[in-house]
Parts: sequence; structure tokens; C-alpha cells
Amino acid sequence: MIEVRNLTKQYGSKKAVDNISFTVNDGEILGFLGPNGAGKSTTMNMLTGYISSTSGEALINGINILDEPMKAKKEIGYLPEIPPLYLDMTVKEYLNFVYELKKCSLPRKAHLEDVCGLVKITDVYDRVIRNLSKGYKQRVGLASALIGNPPILILDEPTVGLDPKQIIEIRTLIKKLGKKHTVILSSHILSEIQAVCDRVIIINKGKIAADDTTENLTENITADSRLIMRIDGNREEILKLIKTVPGVISVNGDMEREPGIYDYEIEVKEGCDIRRELFKRIVARNWVILGMKKDEMSLEDIFLKITMGSDVKISVKKSDEKAEKSDIVDEADSAGPEKAEETAEAPAENEETKKEEEE
Amino acid sequence: MGAIFKREMKAYFTSPIAYIFITAFFLYTGNYFVNINMAYGSTDTTYIFTSVFTIMMILIPLMTMRLFSEEKKQRTDQGLLTAPVSLGGIVAGKFFAALCVFLCAISVYIPILVVLHTLAGTLEWATIFGTITALILLGASFISIGIFVSSLTESQIVAAIVSFVIIMFFYMLDLLAGNVSNEFLSSIMKGLAFYTRYTEFASGIFNIGSIVYFLSAIFIFNFLTVRVLEKRRWAD
Repeated sequence: MIEVRNLTKQYGSKKAVDNISFTVNDGEILGFLGPNGAGKSTTMNMLTGYISSTSGEALINGINILDEPMKAKKEIGYLPEIPPLYLDMTVKEYLNFVYELKKCSLPRKAHLEDVCGLVKITDVYDRVIRNLSKGYKQRVGLASALIGNPPILILDEPTVGLDPKQIIEIRTLIKKLGKKHTVILSSHILSEIQAVCDRVIIINKGKIAADDTTENLTENITADSRLIMRIDGNREEILKLIKTVPGVISVNGDMEREPGIYDYEIEVKEGCDIRRELFKRIVARNWVILGMKKDEMSLEDIFLKITMGSDVKISVKKSDEKAEKSDIVDEADSAGPEKAEETAEAPAENEETKKEEEE
Repeated sequence: MGAIFKREMKAYFTSPIAYIFITAFFLYTGNYFVNINMAYGSTDTTYIFTSVFTIMMILIPLMTMRLFSEEKKQRTDQGLLTAPVSLGGIVAGKFFAALCVFLCAISVYIPILVVLHTLAGTLEWATIFGTITALILLGASFISIGIFVSSLTESQIVAAIVSFVIIMFFYMLDLLAGNVSNEFLSSIMKGLAFYTRYTEFASGIFNIGSIVYFLSAIFIFNFLTVRVLEKRRWAD
């Protein structure tokens, strides 16, 4: 368990971390999210005893990191942003060095083999670290954090520099580790946090901007619900049909996803679940539903909303992106750009309708 | 400490540093041995022991420059400082590794002394052991200075040059003292000079005060290194 109380780190007049408090329970995977320079790494460095805090305290399994650093550090496996690897050593030498450095008492050979197997570096075990790819270096760093089976793992951007396949592997591994260990993970890859973590803390400018479970965070911020459906059938008639379903506020069907098949964005009154009704009506008309999903705000939207909420420029740019993707609800934007978007879409729709009519 | 000592030893001996250091030492001392002892048939060991001061001044900073500056540059210090090891243990590990390489280098005296002993039949062993003790302590002092400077910078070159300048300064104190008219100041300067203290041993004077002086220098500079590492954590 990690308890952080009023932790502050001041560099000159700048507060890199400003009075943050949180608790991470045993077996929890906590995600640390924040823009660059928000204080993620500084917080992690304070938790691991690399730097001291200006005020406040951090308790690692009840041990204060500043009072009893040796004892507290034994509880932690830390992977810093840049893995602390000695480039002139082989993986084998390095892991043995870490094993001795951490004064491990586990059976050496079996333990090192276990760790290497977990992060899949057995095939480079005898190679010099200097010659390894970034992905392998990252994994060797992760292996060194795992040595000694510390109950707490603190991982600072663990998937940086990995290829997509490796990223998935490492995520799965972290999830697996989260069953036995308490994990704090920082990342700027939002989908990663969403995929791996039970709980998210969003840090902005040294302060905690949000602290909640991933689902709650997503749910709370998405007030209105929106449904996205892909239906094979006559577009005009489908639009008409959907509009007749009680609870539908508006429907938008100008996204041709497959030849002749459109995606329909249906805005629904809050608290209304029209999915069953809609399904029955569509099937009754012999149309085929190819997809249906509730559109939830992604963590990315929440993140941007929390960290840059007032920044109009960014929200405008974001709504442009949304117009392209058009499958994510954008609650973060002010009404202005959204309206502009709607009006811009309207003529386009009309033109399309005309074209179709001509055909 | 053990892990760090082992890793530094490995680093010294898997890279060319230790070999170059030891070879240079052997060549330098061997040269004096051949050209003075062998050429003139002398069993006087004073010269082969005192001449070594110069090459130590140049080579030891080159040997220690890497120890902390490289860690800082490669960010590997983060691994050390977040591991359950004390700062003193980290410094001690590096200090003893460098000292070991230095001991390997001065093992050059073993064959030299064996040869001289067989040729001359007898040697002034008391003086020789006194000198070797002083030599080891002198080397250890230089190493502590080198490690201390290395902990202050990320650049190996800067570490080497600054360590050299500091050691040079302690060496020159002796010469500078001659130009100082104030007797009190001059005596302090002479007291701090490495060279005089060391050469005394070679000429057969075993000065306990000098032993204490070298030990203090080793302790102070290693202590300062620990403080530097500690201070960095508290930086604000």
C-alpha cells in the first residue's frame, strides 16, 4: 500500500508537485496521467526515494521513505523513465548485479530465469546491453524492477519505444503483475492507461486534477448518451424510422462506412435506452444491423478536458479531428465550435441528398 | 557495496582502462628501474618510489573520472539511489574498486624488489614497507579526490582535468610555500603538501603524522562525495 500525504516538491519558486495526496491499495493498478512536465516523474522519484520532498510524506507499506529509506526501497521495484542500464554489461551480468544490489535472498538462478521469462528477454540473455534495441532495453529495465519480487512496482512510461506487439505483451504482463503487486504506472499513452489501470490519477501542473476509476471517470463526464449504429438498408427510410422512436433527439446519417452502408449517430434523451426498441423496429423492416455501440467519451477527451479545458484553440482543433473520426462524442468543446460544425455539415448533407435524388 | 565493487571491477577490466593504467605504470616504473638501478648497479629504491608520484598525478584522475560522472550522464545513478544501498556503500564500492586497480598497478614493485633482493642480497625492508604503505595511502587519497570531483560533474573530461588540477595544487603547495614570507602560512602549506610527506617515507622516515594526514584526506574526500550525492537528492 502506498500512502501519499500532502507531497510537495519545490524547485526554486516553481512547485513541480503541489500538495498532492492519494492512496494506492494493495493489488491496485494506478495510472498516472498528465501532460509533459506535469510532475509525474517527480512524484515517482519522490516515492522511490531518488529525490526528497520539500514537504509532506510518502509511506510505502507503512514505511516512510525518508525516515527508513533502506527498508522502504526494498519494497519497491522502480523502472525510471530512462532505464538505468549499464551499456557495457551483458543482460546476464546486469541482472546479476541488480540481484546483488537489491540483496535478494530468492534462489538466484531460478528467480532470474523467471523474471527473464516474464519479460521475454531469455533470447538476449548473453548479449551486451549496448547492442540491444530500445524495446529490449526497456524490457531489461522492467526485468530489473521485477528482481526480488517487490510488492510495489513503480513504472515510469514502461512501454515507450516498444513496437505495437511488444506494447500489448507488456500491458498484458503489467495486468498480470497487478494481481500480485501494487502497481503505479505513468504514461502519456491514454489508451494504455484505459486498457491496464483500475484507477486513474490525472496530474496537471503539479496538482491532482482527477482521481477516480477509469469507468467512473468516463461515465461521469459523459452526460448525454449517444448511440452509433451501422445499418444496411435504405438510408432515407432508416433515418425516418429512427426519428419515430421515442426518446430520440436527433439522428445524423451522413457517414458512409462501407459502400451503400451508413453509420447513424443517434442522440438520445438522458436515461433513455432505446436499443431494444430500435432493434425490433429495424429487424421488422428486414434491414440488417451491422453494428451498434454506445458512444462513451474516451479517456483522451476527459484528459484534454481536464488539463486544457479552457484552451479554446485546442478544443477547436480537437473538434476538427472529431469531424473526421466522428465516432467520439465531444463534450469538452464549448458550444461555439460544435454549432459551427453542425452548420457546416448541414449543406453537405443537403447536397448529398440532392445527388441521391438525381440518381 | 559488494555488488557495486564487483561491477566496477568488471567495468575496469572489460574496458581497456585498467590494462592501459597498469601497463603505463609498469612501463614508467620499469624504465626508471632499468635506467637507474640496473644501469648503475644501485640498490637504492628511493628514486623508483618517488618518481612514480608524477605518473600517479596524471593517471589516477583518468582512472576515476568515469566513476560518478558517467552514472549521472547515463542516468544509471537512478538505479543505484533507488536500490536498498546506503550512499556510503555506493561510494565505498567505487573507491575500493579503483584502489584495487591501483594495487594491481603497483604490483610492479614485486618483481623489481625480487630482482634487487637477489642481486644485492639485502635491502632496507623497513624503509620499503613504510614507503609502500605511504604509496598506497597516497594513491587512495588521489582516488578519493578523483571520485569526489567525478561526483560533481556529468563530463568525464571535466572530472579528469579538475581532479588533476586539485592534485597538482596539493603537489605545488610545497614549492609555493617557499615564496610565502609568512612563516605560519608557509608551514600550513608545507603541512598540506602531498609530495614532501610522501618522499619522507622513501628516504626512510616513517612519520605517523603523515599516515594520519593521508587517512584524513581519504576520509574527507569520500565523505564529501557522500554529501554531494545526498545534496543532489535535496536539490531545490
